[in-house]
Amino acid sequence: MSTRTTDGLRAGDSRSAATSSSSTKAGAIAGWVDDRTGLAKGARYIMSKVFPDHWSFMLGEVAMYSMIITLITGVFLTFWFVPSAGHVEYNGSYIPLKGVQMSEAYASTLHISFDVRGGLLIRQIHHWGALLFVVAIVCHMFRVFFTGAYRKPREINWLIGTMLAMLALIEGFAGYSLPDDLLSGTGLRAAQGFMLTIPVIGSYFVYFLFGGTFPGEAIIPRLYSVHILLLPAIIVGLFAAHLILVMVHKHTQYPGPGRTNENVVGFRLMPVYTAKAGGFFFIVFGIIALISSLFSINSIWNYGPYDPTAVTAGSQPDWYMGFADGALRLMPGWTEVSFGGFTFTYGILLGSLVLLPLVYVLMGAYPFVEQWITGDQREHHLLERPRNADTRTAIGVAAITAYCVLWFAAGNDIIATHLSLSINDITWFFRILFFVGPLLAFWVTKRICLALQRADREKVLHGRETGEIVRTADGRFYERHEPLDEYTRWHLVTGEPPVALALDSGTDHNGVRRPASKSERRRAKWARFFYKDNIPPVTPAELIAAQHDGHGHEAVAEIESGETTSRH
Amino acid sequence: MTTHGTPDGAHTPMNDEHGSTAVRLDQGHIQGTGGIPAQFQNPGLPPHVERMSDIDPKAAKRAELQVASMFILSILGSLACLVAYFVIPTHQQIWIPAIENGNLSHLAIGLTLAISTFFIGAGAVHWAKTLMPDQEVVEERHPLHSTPEERQAFARALAEGDAAAQLSRRPLLKMTLAGALGLFAIPPIVQLVGGLGPLPGDDLSTTFWDSKYWTNGKAPRLMRDPEMTPIKASDVTIGSVFHVLPEGIMDSEHPLDEKGKAAVLLMRLHPDQIKSQKERDWGYHGIVAYSKICTHVGCPVGLYEQTTHHLLCPCHQSTFDVTDDCKVIFGPAHRPLPQLKIAVDAEGYLIAEHGFAEAVGPSFWERG
Amino acid sequence: MKTLAAKRRHPAALFVLLLAALLTMGTAYAFASPRTTAAPSTAAAATDEEAGKAIFLANCASCHGVLAQGGQFAPSLAGVGAASVDFQMGTGRMPMVRPGVQAPREPRLFDQQQINQVGAYIASLAPGPAVPSTEYTEGGGDAARGGEIYRVNCAMCHNASGAGGALTRGKYAPSLRGVEGKHIYEAMLTGPQSMPVFKDTNLSPTDKKDVITFLQEVDKGENPGGYALGNIGPVPEGMFAWTFGIGLMILAAIWLGRKAA
Repeated sequence: MSTRTTDGLRAGDSRSAATSSSSTKAGAIAGWVDDRTGLAKGARYIMSKVFPDHWSFMLGEVAMYSMIITLITGVFLTFWFVPSAGHVEYNGSYIPLKGVQMSEAYASTLHISFDVRGGLLIRQIHHWGALLFVVAIVCHMFRVFFTGAYRKPREINWLIGTMLAMLALIEGFAGYSLPDDLLSGTGLRAAQGFMLTIPVIGSYFVYFLFGGTFPGEAIIPRLYSVHILLLPAIIVGLFAAHLILVMVHKHTQYPGPGRTNENVVGFRLMPVYTAKAGGFFFIVFGIIALISSLFSINSIWNYGPYDPTAVTAGSQPDWYMGFADGALRLMPGWTEVSFGGFTFTYGILLGSLVLLPLVYVLMGAYPFVEQWITGDQREHHLLERPRNADTRTAIGVAAITAYCVLWFAAGNDIIATHLSLSINDITWFFRILFFVGPLLAFWVTKRICLALQRADREKVLHGRETGEIVRTADGRFYERHEPLDEYTRWHLVTGEPPVALALDSGTDHNGVRRPASKSERRRAKWARFFYKDNIPPVTPAELIAAQHDGHGHEAVAEIESGETTSRH
Repeated sequence: MTTHGTPDGAHTPMNDEHGSTAVRLDQGHIQGTGGIPAQFQNPGLPPHVERMSDIDPKAAKRAELQVASMFILSILGSLACLVAYFVIPTHQQIWIPAIENGNLSHLAIGLTLAISTFFIGAGAVHWAKTLMPDQEVVEERHPLHSTPEERQAFARALAEGDAAAQLSRRPLLKMTLAGALGLFAIPPIVQLVGGLGPLPGDDLSTTFWDSKYWTNGKAPRLMRDPEMTPIKASDVTIGSVFHVLPEGIMDSEHPLDEKGKAAVLLMRLHPDQIKSQKERDWGYHGIVAYSKICTHVGCPVGLYEQTTHHLLCPCHQSTFDVTDDCKVIFGPAHRPLPQLKIAVDAEGYLIAEHGFAEAVGPSFWERG
Repeated sequence: MKTLAAKRRHPAALFVLLLAALLTMGTAYAFASPRTTAAPSTAAAATDEEAGKAIFLANCASCHGVLAQGGQFAPSLAGVGAASVDFQMGTGRMPMVRPGVQAPREPRLFDQQQINQVGAYIASLAPGPAVPSTEYTEGGGDAARGGEIYRVNCAMCHNASGAGGALTRGKYAPSLRGVEGKHIYEAMLTGPQSMPVFKDTNLSPTDKKDVITFLQEVDKGENPGGYALGNIGPVPEGMFAWTFGIGLMILAAIWLGRKAA
């Protein structure tokens, strides 16, 4: 760096920055940059940030890295892909399509797949990466939801995440539609069909979007600019905000010994997390590359070019659009009304254009609804164990069940052929399950959570069952229980107590009925629904009581340790 | 280093309830809760356990070698990837169980790329786990919100700015600025939307079968898709299904757009199996033609079961009964498939005397 | 035994037990449901027709009637022709193993000579389509043109790559993988079960030949992208991403988050 000396010569220059790091070449460069930006302070702050270690915290990183990999491979693909519906005769090396009329988009995708060396690999990394991106987003959301990580102060980040999840889905659908093969064209055809059902403006909306009749020649280039420019820009922007907020909030952590609501326990970004998180990018890349080299995805050459008169059995969208497709399959046909020369097909509208955003609106709204119910205005940096928040966990599982019913319904034809069932029976089964399943899932999950809460109490009070049978001097048999050490026990007795409800009694201190507002009463009712079954963790007093009022097996432990019993 | 105690210091009524439950539980054994805390105390970080590589220099050396060999594996992977790229021809096939005839170039480039990337990551992570500091670090959190003073200063700055700009004092400026800001985005939006596409007009209600598309005033013949050959009535035997397009459609300006609306299915039933008089009248000796475009969301309804005379849509499983005017008997579609009235011309070929009586395909608001 | 007892509370014990139970059940089921195999009856008769009639009476008449006039569960065979017999028996669909909505493809129980004999007998009852000439059934046509015809006429039931698909009420369009060209031709000609008929007036013999050529191309099993996951589209792809894909990622994440020994 020739500028270094010049820098050094400048009067009043911050010598400390330049001198402290000038011993190495890298230091010199860093000094040069810092002289012009003052980044060293901020960079040091970021490098010393502490991140807690847990595998479930890496799910978001899987999503991030899949996204980056998809962005990189996407740039590669743009160099060969021709986003045009213009017609050409295929003359590439794939024999079964030689001489067939097709769009340039499809022909160029075939070209990437067969005649660009390594092109198919890049295409498959792009597609597998995209699928895993959305899978990882969903898993990440599950982690955040079931551990209550969206609670104050992270509501904004939950909203950003929700938006990202929805945009990822639209981005995926736009990409899936680009190659203009028979499958993606069928998907677009269905999309055009359900957009037509928008009341009043449906046909205008569709004609503007498609530039005229379906399929037309405008939709491929338009989707292309949405897919490679508009949506990626928004996604990357929101994603940056998402990450910055994680930095600002500092990462949540699971409760454990030494971990409190006021600290974060883990490893610094430099060097441990740089190595771990940076290394994880390459691990994710490696796994996606491995999958992409061994497993075929979206073999567009099998489907042939799009033709509105042809269709293939097993026409499905990619998995993340499945729930909307499933909703369309389950919706009964009577959901259409005609009046005064107008037709309103609310069933299709409900199953597609309403359902899709509705899912995300509900998800985005949940933290605020929960906050209203619980009245909890505290900051939460410690995660909750899903079992301890039984109602939330049950709501989550019920919602996932409803989603999964719709999702599986989108594969009803595949289920029918592979399990030798009637497609009509499956459809009816799913129609009923959509209403019954979530209720059942709610009840079962809640019971399981409560059982686990009780099991935790049991374990704290009576120790761990060792599986060793001990015979006492008077010939009685016991299973020896091992008391928990305080670190293990802490995991089972921690848990933030629910906030006090403003409306625990309807009377004032004189015993006179106090008029509570209607919304307060409703809130209290919901709060009871939310908390009523929760089993409080063991208190020290209870533990002492259990040890003294032990049943036979604790007595054995005490005999062994030479203590005198105080049994009655 | 660590703060001990409950995560939330506040004692809420429910907390106290826990305490009283405890007393009730151990009636007669412990009198009161004297000296016993209401909740367990956070025991603090457990004692640090040293790793093998921390206490045994040999283990550390071993870890170093493991990390280095992973990096070397990655280097080899990258080199092999380059070799594979340049040496293996693009279309070299290789037989592998399950994959059957795979592509050697694809496999070799992909697997070596996987090795090259995966082992950089594995090496780095192993390095971090075995050789980098393992002692957990504690960072304190601070409340996110600003102090009341800072908030007040902010509010003051805002108010001062407002006063300096005289926004409140001059309502005319406020109103006109709001108007300008509210309107400026509309012209670009109108430009964009206005240029996107034509108005639908009656386009959704017309197909290539309509008389306005006829050449020389002759009703179009029914042609086989994709061969585009005319169909004699005698060709259509019972149990068969023909995929049909109107004559001349491939010479139209946008064949795909027209195909998307004009595709038709042709089937022949025993005339006495047909339950609807209209269906019989619009057919020809049991030969009937129906729109192939599903009335649900527009997929081609191609699955004809010749034993049950059901038409099934592969996209969302709407099922139509061909014996009964193609009414919906299962699935999400609402309306029957529109029928095309057919006849026979002088040479015995099937023709469509006029277009569909209603709009084909998915429902839309103004279809009626 | 003691170590086993000590480990019975291990978190993995439940899964191990479940796995063992499933394995036992599966194995038991596999042994408990053997496929009934009828011994082919050898007939030594003067003419093919008589030999065919003997085979018919022994194996088919119980359902189709002694005069092939049909019965409660089986259609009349008058006029179905030798092509139909060759398809149904040649692909093992007939004799039907057990009653069901549809006869599945099975290993065939009769050799080609016996099938020809039955075909000759059925053809003698009433005229019907004959077994097609090998000129059109062995491929060698225009695969690309066949593909176009296939996608319009066949793909909506049999899937774009011949993997098969679902029909109403438990019926299905079978997979076309590994099916002889002759049988594909015969199926188009005769329209077995739910399948519509594609007579030569609909798809000409050359069209059929092209379709067969296309299917032979598909049957080559060229999967340049790797294992095709059954070639049935996005459903198995999504399943794969949700199991192996994210599963591998989570394994890597668990390894990353674990303290080193």
